[in-house]
Amino acid sequence: MKIHEYQGKEILRQFGVPTPRGMACFSVDEAMAAAQQLGGDVWVVKAQIHAGGRGKGGGVKVAHSLDEVRNTAEQVLGMHLVTHQTGKDGQEVHRLLIEEGVQISKEFYLGMVIDRSNQRVALLASGEGGMEIEHVAASNPEKIHTVCIDPVAGLSDEVAVQTAHDIGIPDESIAATVTLLQNLYRTFVEKDAMLAEINPLVLTADGDVIALDAKFNFDSNALFRHPEIVAYRDLDEEDPAEIEASKFDLSYISLDGDIGCLVNGAGLAMATMDIIKLYGGNPANFLDVGGGASAEKVTEAFKLMLRNPNLKAILVNIFGGIMKCDVIAEGVVAAAREVKLAVPLIVRLEGTNVELGKKIMADSGLPIISGKDMADAAQKVVAATRGA
Amino acid sequence: MSILIDKNTRVMTQGMTGKVGQFHTANCKAYANGAECFVAGVTPKKGGQSLDGIPIYNSVAEAKAETGATVSVIYVPPAYAAAAIDEAVAADIDLVICITEGIPVHDMLRVRYKMQGKRTLLIGPNCPGLITPDEIKIGIMPGHIHRKGRIGVVSRSGTLTYEAVGQLTALGLGQSSCVGIGGDPINGLKHLDVMKLFNDDPDTDAVVMVGEIGGSDEEECARWIKGNMKKPVVGFIAGVTAPPGKRMGHAGAIISGGQGGAEEKLAVMEECGIHITRNPAEMGRVMQDVLKA
Repeated sequence: MKIHEYQGKEILRQFGVPTPRGMACFSVDEAMAAAQQLGGDVWVVKAQIHAGGRGKGGGVKVAHSLDEVRNTAEQVLGMHLVTHQTGKDGQEVHRLLIEEGVQISKEFYLGMVIDRSNQRVALLASGEGGMEIEHVAASNPEKIHTVCIDPVAGLSDEVAVQTAHDIGIPDESIAATVTLLQNLYRTFVEKDAMLAEINPLVLTADGDVIALDAKFNFDSNALFRHPEIVAYRDLDEEDPAEIEASKFDLSYISLDGDIGCLVNGAGLAMATMDIIKLYGGNPANFLDVGGGASAEKVTEAFKLMLRNPNLKAILVNIFGGIMKCDVIAEGVVAAAREVKLAVPLIVRLEGTNVELGKKIMADSGLPIISGKDMADAAQKVVAATRGA
Repeated sequence: MSILIDKNTRVMTQGMTGKVGQFHTANCKAYANGAECFVAGVTPKKGGQSLDGIPIYNSVAEAKAETGATVSVIYVPPAYAAAAIDEAVAADIDLVICITEGIPVHDMLRVRYKMQGKRTLLIGPNCPGLITPDEIKIGIMPGHIHRKGRIGVVSRSGTLTYEAVGQLTALGLGQSSCVGIGGDPINGLKHLDVMKLFNDDPDTDAVVMVGEIGGSDEEECARWIKGNMKKPVVGFIAGVTAPPGKRMGHAGAIISGGQGGAEEKLAVMEECGIHITRNPAEMGRVMQDVLKA
C-alpha cells in the first residue's frame, strides 16, 4: 500500500529521521495559512500524488513570496500531473505539502527494499541523488552502494559508517547520517515496509542531513497489524474499479484492451492475458477471482468488467481445484442473466466437476460459447471481438 | 522413485482443526496412499482429541515423537503461520510445506534467517503443495488431473500448474512429482533447488518449468540448467503482457538489475537450452515434441 510524501514524513519524524518542517493542505487558503505559520522567505509547494517524477512533471515548485505560494497552489491544486509513473492521463492533485525551503549543499539517494535473491532487506545508497537515479543505475551501477542487512544484528554502526563514507558524506556529518540510516531501517522493519525511498537525502549548508522526500510502499499482507498505515489510505489515488474489486476480495487491474478476462489464480490469469495477445486480441483487465468464488463473487466480477465501455467480449477461464466447475457455471449463468449480458461470452472450464459445469451452461439457454481448451477459448474470444 | 515425497512419507498437518486444514487433510487422506501417510494433526491446546481418525497433538515435537512424521503441511492463518514454520524448523522436521497465503514478508525474512544451518526444507508459502501421483498428495491441488509417469513439474503458480499438468495428462504424459513452490517474494525452495532434485531422480525423464514475472529465480535456474541438467526442460513464463504498472519508486527495479520481465526471462531460458513456449496452451505439446525428438 502506497502513501503520500507528507504521510511518509510523519512516520519518519516519529522514528527520529529529520525532515523539513511542513504542512499538508487541501486548499489554497490552507496553503497560505501554512506558509505564514512556517514563516521564513522561501517555501516549497509540492503536489501530493502516489507517483514519482513530480518535479519534472511540474508538481514541485519553489516560492519566494506569499504571492508566489498562492499562485503556485492555485496552479497545482486540481492539475492533472503527468509523470513517467502516472500514465498519460496523469493523476489529479488534491493535496499539497507546503514546506520551508532548505539550503542544499549536496543531494544523495537512499533506498530500502526487500531483496528476493538474498532474502534480506537491502539498503541502496548513492552520492548521485536527485531525479535521475534509474539512469545512474543503468550507466554507473558502481555509484550505487548496496548493503544486505542482517535481520538479527540490524544495520550495525560499522556498516552504516562505511555506507555514509562510500556515498561521500563529509566527516562532520557521518554521525548524524549513521543515526538516520539506522532509524530508517527501524521504520522499514517496524512498519512492515516493502519499499522506502529518500530521494533526495540532502546535506544542508549547516551540515545537517535531512530527508527531503519520502516514498513508502507497505506490505498489504501486514496491514492487519498496522491500522495507523491503513488510516493513510487515499482512495482518490486508486482506480475506482480496483476499489470496488477489493470490496469483494477480487484482484482486478484495468487494462486498455477490449476482452474482459475472469480467471482463477494470478498465474493462470496472466497466462490467459498472454494467450489472448498471442492470438491478436487485447485484454481489458486482469481479474483473479481467487480460490473460493461464490455465485455472488462471479456476478460482481461480471459487473466490474462491464463498467468498461470498450468491452467487446468476455473470456472466463477456470481450472477448478478447490473451486468446483459446477459452482462456477451456476455463478456465470446467474451473472449473465442478472447483468443481461450483451457481449459474447466464451467459457472454458476444466478440473473438478467439469462435465456438470458444462451441462449447466448448455442447459441455461444462454448463448454461451464453450471453449474446449485454453487455446480454443482464446481464439474464439478474439474472433468474437472481430465479428462484433 | 520421485522427489521429496512418496507413499512411505508420514505427514502431520499444522492447523488441522481449522476449516481449511480439516477439508484438505480429508482430501489428501482420500488420495492414493493418503490414509497411511497422514498420521497426525497439530493444534495447540487440542492435543488428545482426534479428527477424521487422525490424532491431534499440542506441538510439532510431540506429533513427531509419537508418530514418526517427518513432513509437515501448514494451513495456519497468515498472522500465525510464520510461528508455525518456526516450530516445525525447531523440531527438525525434514520438509515443511506451507500452503498459507498472505504471510507478511518481514515475517518470512525472519523465518528464513532462523532456518540457516537447519536441516528443514521449506516449500512455499502461498503454494498449492506437492504431489507424487498415485502415491501421495500434500496440498490443495485436484488429485484426479494427475497421472503417474516420468515428467517433473515445478511452478510458482497454483492453477497454472494444474493447467500444465492437465495438458500433460491429456497427452498421456504422466508425472513423477509436481511441485508448486509458491509465488511469494521470500520463500523456501526455488526453481533451481527443485530442478536439481529432478535431475538426480532416475524416474524423471524431463521437466516442465513454469515461471512468472518478478525476481530472478528462473534466470538463475536456467543458467544452472545450461551447465548441469542432463534432461530436457520445457519452460513457460506468465506475464509477457502484464503492464509495468504505476510504480512508486525505483529501488525494486534497481535491485533486480534489469531482470524480472517475462521477455528477459524467456530470452535467458532460451539461450540456456530450455525449450520455451510463449503459448500457455502448448506446454504439454512442446514436451511431447521434445520427447519424440
